[in-house]
Amino acid sequence: MSGAFRIPSAGRLSQAKTARFSFDGQSYTGIEGDTLASALLANGVHLVGRSFKYHRPRGFLSAGAEEPNALVEVKRDDARKAPNIRATVQELYDGLVAQSQNRWPSLAFDVGAVNDIASPLFSAGFYYKTFMWPKAAWKSLYEPKIRAAAGLGVSPDKPDPDHYSSRYAHCDVLVLGGGAAGIAAALAAAETGARVILADEQADFGGSLRFETGAKIDGQDGYAWAQGAIAKLKAMDNVRVLSRTTAFGYYAQNFVGLVERVSDHLQSPGHDLPRERLWQVRAKRVVLATGSIERHMVFADNDRPGIMLASAARIFLNHYGVAVGKNVGVYTANDSAYAAAIDLKKAGVNIAAIVDLRDHPTGPVIDEARALGIEVNFGRAVIRAGGKLRVTSMTVQPKNGGGERTIPVDAILMSAGWTPSVHLFSQSRGKVAFNDETKRFVPGIYAQDCVSVGACNGTDGLAASIDEAYAAGAKAAKDAGAKTAKGTKPKVDASESWSRGMLGAAPGAGPDKTVKAFVDFQNDVTAKDIRQAVHEGMRSIEHVKRFTTNGMATDQGKTSNMHGLAIAAETLGKPIPEVGLTTFRAPYTPVTFGAIVSHSRGPLFDPTRKTAIHPWAEAQGAVFEDVGQWKRAWYFPRGSEDMHAAVDRECVAVRTNAGLFDASTLGKIEVVGPDAAKFMELLYTNPWEKLEPGRCRYGIMLREDGFIYDDGVVGRLAPDRFHVTTTTGGAPRVMNHMEDYLQTEFPHLNVWLTSITEQWAVIAVQGPKSRDIIAPLVEGIDMSDQALPHMSVREGKICGVPTRLFRMSFTGERGFEVNVPADYGQAVWEALWAEGQKHGAAAYGTEAMHVLRAEKGYIIVGQDTDGTVTPNDAGLDWAVGKKKADFVGIRGLTRPDLVAKGRKQLVGLKTKDPKVVLEEGAQIVADPKQAIPMKMIGHVTSSYWSQNCGRSIALGLVAGGRDRMGETLYVPMPNGVIEVEVAGMVFFDETGGRLNG
Amino acid sequence: MLLIRCPYCEEERPELEFRNAGEAHIARSANMAGESDDDFEKFFFIRSNPKGIIYERWRHIHGCARFFNAVRDTVTDKFVMTYKAGEPKPAKLPGASK
Repeated sequence: MSGAFRIPSAGRLSQAKTARFSFDGQSYTGIEGDTLASALLANGVHLVGRSFKYHRPRGFLSAGAEEPNALVEVKRDDARKAPNIRATVQELYDGLVAQSQNRWPSLAFDVGAVNDIASPLFSAGFYYKTFMWPKAAWKSLYEPKIRAAAGLGVSPDKPDPDHYSSRYAHCDVLVLGGGAAGIAAALAAAETGARVILADEQADFGGSLRFETGAKIDGQDGYAWAQGAIAKLKAMDNVRVLSRTTAFGYYAQNFVGLVERVSDHLQSPGHDLPRERLWQVRAKRVVLATGSIERHMVFADNDRPGIMLASAARIFLNHYGVAVGKNVGVYTANDSAYAAAIDLKKAGVNIAAIVDLRDHPTGPVIDEARALGIEVNFGRAVIRAGGKLRVTSMTVQPKNGGGERTIPVDAILMSAGWTPSVHLFSQSRGKVAFNDETKRFVPGIYAQDCVSVGACNGTDGLAASIDEAYAAGAKAAKDAGAKTAKGTKPKVDASESWSRGMLGAAPGAGPDKTVKAFVDFQNDVTAKDIRQAVHEGMRSIEHVKRFTTNGMATDQGKTSNMHGLAIAAETLGKPIPEVGLTTFRAPYTPVTFGAIVSHSRGPLFDPTRKTAIHPWAEAQGAVFEDVGQWKRAWYFPRGSEDMHAAVDRECVAVRTNAGLFDASTLGKIEVVGPDAAKFMELLYTNPWEKLEPGRCRYGIMLREDGFIYDDGVVGRLAPDRFHVTTTTGGAPRVMNHMEDYLQTEFPHLNVWLTSITEQWAVIAVQGPKSRDIIAPLVEGIDMSDQALPHMSVREGKICGVPTRLFRMSFTGERGFEVNVPADYGQAVWEALWAEGQKHGAAAYGTEAMHVLRAEKGYIIVGQDTDGTVTPNDAGLDWAVGKKKADFVGIRGLTRPDLVAKGRKQLVGLKTKDPKVVLEEGAQIVADPKQAIPMKMIGHVTSSYWSQNCGRSIALGLVAGGRDRMGETLYVPMPNGVIEVEVAGMVFFDETGGRLNG
Repeated sequence: MLLIRCPYCEEERPELEFRNAGEAHIARSANMAGESDDDFEKFFFIRSNPKGIIYERWRHIHGCARFFNAVRDTVTDKFVMTYKAGEPKPAKLPGASK
């Protein structure tokens, strides 16, 4: 038996398929197809959680996605521990383990419940008022305590082992919601041949047909009709039917985000299934058939476990075969709760009484209830509920006052009416309109190509909804370009119908009362809190919401927003539309980060770029650093060397013998065409027209504002062909910058730009013996200093493969950069390495490269410059063509601020104590004794220990730096002030003689 | 995610393929070096930042790589039209109501 409250004759689940599960360590049995909620209720368990603020005992309010109370932790293992799962949504599987939250030490006895007694301290806005003083207590006391108390549930502390998938989809018509209206719309659209996607958040299609026993369509019971229609849709090639799929966000141009829960309902999901799948759908037309959500009645202690929406009790009974109690009371302001009472009564459950707030309601359901012998009371209110861990009674009073009567019950079903689910419509930027007659916000002005049908459009009655939906589905397909429909509209034979109801607090929870009549269950917002917010000056509903936190919980106020709005409007004495409705935002229900991130995590978070020589460096034990997306060899430790020792050795080897360096990551762009030189003249500060083919030049690229954007050595291979190098990180933006000017400012120039970064592997061979290493492998290039001087380039062969051989240096030594097609990169490197071994060469990494270039005062754009540095500031005025009529940045360079005196200039810095290495980024002051805050006149941009110089070296940007040569400046640090002397930028081989061998 | 029509590919493609490149129809002077401070300020720093119709440059960077111009409504975030780089500012906008 799957629980004492299971009614074998009711529901649609097969009693034969049981599933065992546990809640708070207690074992229970349910049935396959149950939700965790229906299975617990079948076992008579109503108490499942504690509220957020007051720690009040809570049960199930609903049977669906709107649930504010029944949040539990569902745990498969330590890593698969999901908090805040709505028990009304979680499907049962054999072996499911669930736990309650927000209670200590146990659900029935929770110490935090003291908050309920102390609740006068915690009224609306208490955060803003209580924790104001003393000021110092915020950081040390209040914030840590609030953070510890805040939040519901506990996040798993292990990485998520599940995988998630993601798909893009396009369709003509996307139908959101698989109730009667959604199915009718999907049928109409599908029959035209249009590509249709139909999605519903539930495991079973049918929406309210799952509990509306009075519905008959095409001669069948409504639920059976829905299943038949879904089977028909699934069989069509042009239709995709997605169950357990929530449309959580409606974005621009009919772009809708859906999340499909693929395996959370399975006992052992298997590794081939993702946990969830994100669908990003672009639809030509969207049909919103999202239904409506029942509202609760706002009365004193309306949150006691056992008090729930009438429609929830109907689903539990009619779909899951579970009675929510044995002696049930009903409190309503509209007809729909009568249907619940009638269904339960027919299933053998005692209905203690129906309390109807309306004075003289009439209708078939009322007659039927009376005919079944149910006590019906009009014009009366339930003014309070009794019981604590479970409701035990309801106290009834005529709504205008009078004698009280307490009726024992073990459950109360309530209905204040139905709120159209306009969430997605509102997310689409549509404007809702208030219907004063029915007191509902319904879709008004549309912003996108979508249409609302059925209950979410404020359409009452099954026949009207299906008529509207079928027509809308056919029209949507036609508007999307499909043929006319050839199907037949479903015929409604019988239906249930109700509308109206009430908004706001019921009698007994009015302004004169201090009772706890909950509006928002999850955030513990009462009618009194909302009134208080208005009394304290909140006028806009957006302010009331933030002050009280009404509607700000994980359920986003699905049941509470309209009540809150009505109470605020009443207190303000304004009509509801003037107070406004808070904005609906995505997601409709919580979405896991896993679904959004999908595969993009770990190594797939961002592409990793590796050079052709990477495997060799890896085999040599190189330590790598990330430079943008590139992995670059940082240093090559030998034996027990630490980074410092390895870098020192590599630096000395380069200057003593030679070093090999993988420079493949350098950006490379080929600039080709009859106007290539003209283009280069415009994009770089330097003159290029007269550069002879076979020669190289160090080029500087500016932005239009005159600041350095990039730099690099450029080789002219032919009159119409330049091989341009850029910084490693700058390659894409330099390419974009060049393309921008070529396409939009200088389109008259006949030039083509090609990124060749990945095509050429680059091996830098630097040092006194570099030529000896390369020469034996080179064919067709005269390697003599006369034929191949510093800053020249030749094409030829190395190791039998084509090469562009640059004689250039970023170390200050005689140096070469050997470009070979990337496929040959590692082979040529290995050949050069073998030669290098004969001459004592070392492989060096990016750290040694940085030290060596700093010893020579060569700048790195982005390290020694920061987007506010001009060529003059960097000491590179010589690279600006003074006779040029135009280049990008020419006008920026003459702006008043850029030629003013006292600009920060790049200089060398020598610490007075040569052993002290400055910290990069450290600030520089002229007088260390001045009061704090000191006037900072510059900062350190590059700083290293230089084994070759036998001391520390540094570069820094200092105001008026070049006029301060020899001056002593100060770098205040936490452990004391460091004295530095301003020096030239070149620390090694000042005359540059070594460049030429 | 927006759909943007590339006037070169003649197709609507998702926003992910494009990159905004700032306001359009701001001509770079043929005599750049001779510009006054005021003119350079207008050229380089001052942008219209309108509420409503904006003319801006986009690049189909993960597609044909071409720069083109677009007319977009900054209130609705809707693209009114796109046209090729170098073409004049459209005199009339299709379906312009604002």
